Amino acid sequence: MSHLTREPLALDALLAEVSSPECGGTCAFLGTVRDGPEEHGVTAIEYSAYEEMVEGELGRIVAEVGERWSGARVALRHRLGVIRTGEASVAIVAAAPHRAQAFEACRYVIEEVKRRVPVWKKELRADGTEVWVDPSGRPTTRPAHV
Amino acid sequence: MRLTSPSGPSGTIRVRFFARYAELVGRSEAAVAVPLPATVGDVVRRVRDQLPGARDIPERPLAAVNLRHVKLDASVRDGDEVALLPPIAGG
Repeated sequence: MSHLTREPLALDALLAEVSSPECGGTCAFLGTVRDGPEEHGVTAIEYSAYEEMVEGELGRIVAEVGERWSGARVALRHRLGVIRTGEASVAIVAAAPHRAQAFEACRYVIEEVKRRVPVWKKELRADGTEVWVDPSGRPTTRPAHV
Repeated sequence: MRLTSPSGPSGTIRVRFFARYAELVGRSEAAVAVPLPATVGDVVRRVRDQLPGARDIPERPLAAVNLRHVKLDASVRDGDEVALLPPIAGG
């Protein structure tokens, strides 16, 4: 099944994918398009991707979860196209026998997505400008020497 | 568009561009001929030297070969797909 979609994300379907009587804890994460003080009037973000590679990387991340946390189950979707402020761009659910594993697995997946999955975003701002987001150059990210 | 190479054994690499890099070069892919043996770094140099607009791609971009992240000293073979990846910003 593809991990990419151009439709709004629905947690229900992901929860159904990981549901298991052996799992006592399920952790869900939604990443949403933000317009905070540092975003300068973002009305939407346009997401694009190297789609074939995204599928490969996400498949490897899901497999790594199974190796790191025995019995853990993960489902996720990343949305592409224009996504308006407040709407979700990524949804991850992780279920595991115990809650600590579910939280850890969910955190692992989103951090790995941000680190290695080839997706890009262009901010669309209220003043009509468009800006490619470069997390490495953002003042909100940690400096290179940390 | 095909970028030519001097005579000798050479390979043709399918180079793909995404996001800002695709905007810089005004295309999403190019066929690049390189003398073999060659590395990803060699392909990047050739692209930056020969493709209009490509000088603004960093000398050391993130790169992938055949859908996997690689370092610039990774070798390439005839027919490989090399992707030049702008800073990743998913999630």
